[in-house]
Amino acid sequence: MPKMMINGQEVEVEAGITVLQACEQVGIEIPRFCYHERLSIAGNCRMCLVEMERSPKPVASCAMPVAEGMVIHTNTPMVEKARKGVMEFLLINHPLDCPICDQGGECDLQDQAMTYGFDRSRFAENKRAVEDKELGPLVKTIMTRCIHCTRCIRFAEEIAGVSVLGATGRGEHMEIDTYVEQTVNTEVSGNLVDLCPVGALTSKPYAFTARSWELRKTESIDVLDAVGSAIRVDSRDREVMRVLPRLNEDVNEEWINDKTRHACDGLRRQRLDQPYIRRKGKLEPASWNEAFAAIAAKLKGLSGERIAAIAGDLADCESMLALKDLMAGLGSPHLDCRQNGAAVDPGQPASYRFNTTIAGIEAADACLLIGTNPRWEAALVNTRLRKRHRMGGFQVAAIGPAIDLTYPVENLGDSPKVLEALVAGRHPFAEALKKASQPMLILGEGALAREDGPAILGLAHKLAEATGMVGEKWNGFNVLALAASRVGGLDLGFAPAKGGRDVSAILEGAGKGEIEAVYLLGADEIDMGRLGKAFVIYQGHHGDAGANRADVILPGATYTEKSATYVNLEGRVQRTNLAVFPPGDAREDWAILRALSAVLDKQLPYDSLTQLRERLAGANPVFATEDVVEGAPWGKFGGSGAVKDAPFVYPIANFYMTDPISRVSPTMAACTEAFVLPARGKTGTDG
Amino acid sequence: MSGPSKKAPAGPESFAFSAENQARIEALVAKYPEGRQASAVLPLLDLAQRECGGWLPRAAMDHVAELLSMAPIRVYEVATFYTMFNLRPVGAHFVQVCTTTPCWLCGSNEVVRAVRETLGIGPGETTEDGKFTVTEVECLGACVNAPMIQINDDYYEDLDFDRTKKLLEALQRGETPTPGSQTGRRYGAPQSGPKTLLATASGKGKA
Repeated sequence: MPKMMINGQEVEVEAGITVLQACEQVGIEIPRFCYHERLSIAGNCRMCLVEMERSPKPVASCAMPVAEGMVIHTNTPMVEKARKGVMEFLLINHPLDCPICDQGGECDLQDQAMTYGFDRSRFAENKRAVEDKELGPLVKTIMTRCIHCTRCIRFAEEIAGVSVLGATGRGEHMEIDTYVEQTVNTEVSGNLVDLCPVGALTSKPYAFTARSWELRKTESIDVLDAVGSAIRVDSRDREVMRVLPRLNEDVNEEWINDKTRHACDGLRRQRLDQPYIRRKGKLEPASWNEAFAAIAAKLKGLSGERIAAIAGDLADCESMLALKDLMAGLGSPHLDCRQNGAAVDPGQPASYRFNTTIAGIEAADACLLIGTNPRWEAALVNTRLRKRHRMGGFQVAAIGPAIDLTYPVENLGDSPKVLEALVAGRHPFAEALKKASQPMLILGEGALAREDGPAILGLAHKLAEATGMVGEKWNGFNVLALAASRVGGLDLGFAPAKGGRDVSAILEGAGKGEIEAVYLLGADEIDMGRLGKAFVIYQGHHGDAGANRADVILPGATYTEKSATYVNLEGRVQRTNLAVFPPGDAREDWAILRALSAVLDKQLPYDSLTQLRERLAGANPVFATEDVVEGAPWGKFGGSGAVKDAPFVYPIANFYMTDPISRVSPTMAACTEAFVLPARGKTGTDG
Repeated sequence: MSGPSKKAPAGPESFAFSAENQARIEALVAKYPEGRQASAVLPLLDLAQRECGGWLPRAAMDHVAELLSMAPIRVYEVATFYTMFNLRPVGAHFVQVCTTTPCWLCGSNEVVRAVRETLGIGPGETTEDGKFTVTEVECLGACVNAPMIQINDDYYEDLDFDRTKKLLEALQRGETPTPGSQTGRRYGAPQSGPKTLLATASGKGKA
C-alpha cells in the first residue's frame, strides 16, 4: 500500500492503481477523454496531465502507476497551463458546430472546454475535414468532430469482441475507420455512442430529435430480455425519446444492448389505446364497461375448468399475481407463464434461475453452454462471459450449432447425445469440468422447450452434480431465461396448479373445445392458430398476434408507462418506473385486472399498488427484497428418459425482433435488414 | 502518404506468398515468442509489397492478417501508418524525390523540375505507360550527398538538373544506371578531395 501526497494531503492507496484513480479516491476530479475505467489505458488525449514532483514535465495521470512517496499536484499553475494547452490543441481541428451537434449539452469536450479551456484560439489556419464513415443503422458518424481518443476502437475490440474499428493513417491524417466499408456488427454497438466523449459518434435514430436538457429522466429497468439491465428512460411530453444505460455493476455494468436502447421507437407504434370487442368477426372500439360486460357475459357461469390464462414475455409480476388470484377466484387451475413451454420446475427456483449470477461468471473457470446462444438470448451475459475470457484461464465449450460468440468456444457437437456422454463421463470435456474449481453450465430455454426438455433438464442436473458444480458457496447450474416475465412468474407461482394445464395443453384444450375462454396477458408468441374457437381476452399494449386473434382487447401499459416489478434471470427483484402515461384509454395492467375482478364478482383484495406489493411479498418473500440475489436452495428436479438425437436449435431467430415492442420498431427493422438478413443470405422481400 | 482508403483500388481477389517467401516468413515468425506472431507484421508486409510489384493490395494485407492471426483492421492500421507501404499501384520505377531542408538547400527544386520535364508528371502521379511513379518524400538520411532520389531500393545522389535528366533518360531506355553518387565521389567523401588524415597512409603529406 504505497503512501503518496496528493495536493498536500497524505493518502494511502492500493498498489497497482493509477495516479488518476488515486486522485479520484480522494475526491479530486481529473479531466480526461481517452481514459475509461472499463477499457484498456491508451494515454493519448493528454487531458489528465498532473504535476509530479521531481519530474521535469507533467505526467499523464491515467497511465502513471502510483508509487511510494509520490508527490502529486493537480491545482498548480503548471497543471492549469498544461490543461489549457492540451485543450487548445484538441480544439484546433474540432469544428465549432455545437449548435447543430447532437452531443451538445452532454458533451465531455464542451464541458471540459468550459471548465479547463482557454476562451479563444490562436489557430487561424484551416481546420481539417474528415470523411464520415458508415457504421450501420445505429451509429451516426461526423468524423470531423473526432478527437482520436480511441475509446470506440478499444470498446469494439475489448468489450464487443468485433475488431473492425481502427486508426488508419498517421498524424494529421489519422482517422477512425473500418478501412474497408463494413458495419459494426455487434449487439452492443449503441454503447459506442455513450463512450464517445464528443459528437463524432451519435445515435442515428435519435439524431436531431431532442436536446438533453428538454428530457425528463426516469430510472427504470429494461424488460426486453431477462437480464433486467438498469436503464434511464428519457422522455419529452408523452413520448419516450431514448433509453440510456444506468450503472449496475452486478447486472449490466454500464452497457446495454441495442434492442434495449433502440427498440423504444416501437413504444409509440401500433399501440392499443382503447378497448375493442369483436363483433361479427370484426374488432370494434368499445368502452371499458362494454369490454368488461362482454367478458363477464362469457365467463359468468363458465366452469373454471374451461378457463385458462397465459402470461406473455413482458408481463409484470403485479399483473401476473392479480391474474393468478383472479383465476383462482374463477376456479381455474390452468395458467402458465412459459409461452415456449420450457420444462423448468416451477417448484424449484434453482431449476429456472441463473444461479451463478451474472457477476459470478467472473469467478468461474470453465463453462458449458447447452443449446444456448447467449449473444442473442442475453447479450450482456455474453459480454460478461467475454470479460471473463479476457481475464484468462477460462475454458468454454458449447453443445449446439457452431456460432461466433466473440470468444473462443470449443464446439462439442449439436446433439443432446453429447450431454448424455458428458454425464456418463465418456467425453473429455467432462474431465475439464471436474478439474475446474468453479465450473458452470448455462442451459438455454431452447433446449428445455423441446419435447425431451424434462430429460435434458434432468441430464444437466446430473452433470452439475457429477462435476461438482454445486457446493456450499458456488452454484454453477444456470438456466438462461429468455423473457423478463419468466423468473418472476415462476417465483409467484404463475404455473399450472394441481390438475392444471401448461401452455401446450391449454392450446390443445382450446383446439378441442375443452377450454372455452383464454386470457392472454400480453402473450403474443404462442401459436394463435391452435386456440380454436376459444373466447380470447387479450390484455396488452401492442396490436400484435394476440390482439389480432382476440375477442376482447383490454389496452395495457408498456414497461415505460407503469411502476411494475420484474425479476431478472438471476432472481433479482427490480422495479420499473413510470416515465410517461399510457396512451388514450390504456391503463396499468394490475388495475385493469382489479377492475375486471369487480365486474366478475370476484373482487381482488387490494386497491392500491402498495397493497398488491404486500400481497406479492406474501406470495413469495423474495418480492420483499430489491436488487439482491439470494441463492436458491439446490434440489432434485428434471425428468429422466432418453433424449432425442435431433440437434439443438437456438430459440431466437432474430435478435432485433423478439417481442411486440421490438417487432414494430423501425430501428429494429433497419437492424434486421442490416445485420440479420444478410447473414441469412436473403433480402427483405423474400418474405 | 496514402490517401483515403475508400479510393484505393481493389487489386487482385486473392494473394499467396511464393514458396521462397514462405520459407522466409517461417524464419521471420519464429523470431518472436509464441502468441506474439503479430510482431512480424512489418517484414511480412514488406515481402508482400515486393511480391505485388511495389504496392499492397487488400488481398495481400488480408493474407498477412490471416497468417499472423490478427484482425485485418490491425494490419490496415500498420500499412496506412507507414509511408513506405503503398496502398495503390506504382510504376516499375518508384521515384522518391527528397525535398526536406538539406536537399532543398542543395537544389532539390531543380531535381523536381528535371523529373517533371523528363517524365511529364509531378509528385503523386504515374506515367501513362505505368513505368514511373513520382512522389516527394521526407528526409531519406543521405543529406551528405544531397540532393538525392530513391528509385526503388537504390539511392542516386549528388544530383542536379542535368544529372537527374540523364539518370531518368537512362531508365527510360531500359538501362540500369549505377546507384550512388552521380558525380563519381566515393560515398560521403568531401567533394573536393580528402581533407584530413593526409599524412597517415603513405607517410608523406602536406601536414
